[in-house]
Amino acid sequence: MRDKRMSAAEVAAELSDGMTVGIGGWGSRRKPMALVRAILDSPVRDLTVVSYGGPDVGLLCAAGKVRRLVFGFVSLDSIAYDPWFQRVRQQGGIEVREYDEGMLYSGLLAASHRLPFLPIRAGLGSDVMRVNPDLKTVRSPYDDEELVAMPALQLDVALIHLNRADRHGNGQYLGPDPYFDDLFCLAAKRRFLSCERIVDTAELDGPPQSLLTNRMMVDGVVETPNGAHFTSCVPDYGRDEKFQRHYAKSAADQELWPSFVDQFLSRGETGYQLAVQGMS
Amino acid sequence: MSRIDVCVAACADLFLGAGEILASPMGLIPQLGAKLARLTSEPDLLMSDGEAYLLGEHGIEGWLPYRKVFDVVAHGRRHVVMGANQLDRFGNQNISCIGDHDKPTRQLLGFRGAPGNTVNHRTSYWVPKHSKRVFVPRVDVVSGVGHDRGFHNVHRVVTDLCVLDFATPDGSMRLVSTHPGVTVEEVLDNTGFPLDVGEAGTTREPTPQELELIDKLDPDHARH
Repeated sequence: MRDKRMSAAEVAAELSDGMTVGIGGWGSRRKPMALVRAILDSPVRDLTVVSYGGPDVGLLCAAGKVRRLVFGFVSLDSIAYDPWFQRVRQQGGIEVREYDEGMLYSGLLAASHRLPFLPIRAGLGSDVMRVNPDLKTVRSPYDDEELVAMPALQLDVALIHLNRADRHGNGQYLGPDPYFDDLFCLAAKRRFLSCERIVDTAELDGPPQSLLTNRMMVDGVVETPNGAHFTSCVPDYGRDEKFQRHYAKSAADQELWPSFVDQFLSRGETGYQLAVQGMS
Repeated sequence: MSRIDVCVAACADLFLGAGEILASPMGLIPQLGAKLARLTSEPDLLMSDGEAYLLGEHGIEGWLPYRKVFDVVAHGRRHVVMGANQLDRFGNQNISCIGDHDKPTRQLLGFRGAPGNTVNHRTSYWVPKHSKRVFVPRVDVVSGVGHDRGFHNVHRVVTDLCVLDFATPDGSMRLVSTHPGVTVEEVLDNTGFPLDVGEAGTTREPTPQELELIDKLDPDHARH
C-alpha cells in the first residue's frame, strides 16, 4: 500500500492560484490549522474557500489569500465573531456565497454523489435567494412542491485534521463529532489529512465507527502534533481559550496585528509551536 | 424573584405542549427555560449539550453530532429558540449582517441555520434587550423567515420586557403580556413598529417550586 506521508509545505505546494479549497472542522473546532498556516507561508492566492468558518477563514483573510468565501457562518464559538473576517467583509474585500449551513451540507453531499444539485427546503423565503441570484429552485416531479436546488460544491482540494491516521490515509476521529470532514474529502479532487499522530494501521484502536476516512478518500497524510491549535481537537486537547482571546484581540487592532504575525506566524510551524509553548 | 426569572419561566412556557421533540435553546435564559420545562410541564423534551450528545436526566441518552442535527431540522421534530440582531413585525430575523449585504456596515454570524430552521419547524426568539435597534420596521437581511413569507411557524418572542406572538389575522406581531412592573407604553417606546396590544396581560410569575428549580439549574446565578 502507498505511503502518503508528506509535509504541510508540500500540501500547500499542491495548491495553485484560483483553486477552490474546502476546509473541515466546524467554527473553532478541529480545524487543520497547521495546513492553513502552511498556506499562509506559500505564494498561493485568489482562493475560493468553502468552510464552516472559524479562525481558518480569519487567518486566510488576514493574509489576503481569499478571493471568495462560501460559508454559512464564521465564528470562534466562545468569541462570537472573527475580527479579521468582519474587517474584510466590512471593507468589501472578498466575494461571498453565503448559504444556510444545512445548504452547505447539501452542496457537499451533492458533490460527493456526483450530482449537479440536491433539493432542500432551507433558503425558501429567506434572503439566501436574494443574495445568491444564481440560485435556482426546482419543482418536485411528484407533487409540484417548490424546493431549492442547492448546487454541488465541487472542491479542488479538501483539508481536514483528525486525531489519528495511518500512512495510507485511514483516519480516525476520537472526539464526539465527525463534523463534515469525510464529505469534504468525497467532494474534492485532491484530499489532504493532517493528524496529531501517524500510527501503524493496527494501532488505530477504538470503535471502528471512529474511522472516518479510508485510504481511497485521502491523497496525502501529514503528521502535525498540536496541528489544530488553537482550535479544539478533543480528546487530545481542548481549545486554547487564552490564545484565542489573544488572537481575537490582535486581529481586532491593526496596531497589534504585526506583532502577532511576528511572534507566531513568521517562523514556520516549528516557530509557531515554540512561541505557543513560550506563551503558556 | 427577579425579572430574569420571569423570562426563564416565559421561555419554559414556549415549550408547552411540545411533547417528545428536540428543544434547541440558544443562550443561557432559553436554556434554563427549556430545562425548567423538562422538569415541570414537558418531561419528554430532548435536549442537546450544545456539542454532540443528547443529555437526559442521568447523563448521555443519545448521539447528535451536527450533521444529525440537520436531519432533525429537515424531519421537523424540533423547536429552536434563536437570538436576533434584528426582528420585524412579521418575525423576519437577521443574524447575517447589518447594512448592504455586498458591503455590510457590521458583519455578524452569517445565516447559520436560520433559513432552514424557520421553514422546517417551530421557531421562537429570545431578545435580552428589547430596543428599537432589534425591533425594526424592516430587517436588512432576512435570515429567519417570517409569517409574511409563506408557511412559517414563528411561535413567540420573549424579551426582557414582554412576551409577543403572531396570533393576528395577518400574522403580524402582537403583545401577549408585559412582565410584572413593565408598562405597555415602555414596550411600545422600545419597538420600531406598531404592535397590536389589545388583550395584553401580565406575564405570569414563576411558582415557588419553579424558583427553586431555577436556582438549582443555575446555582452560580449566571443569569443575573
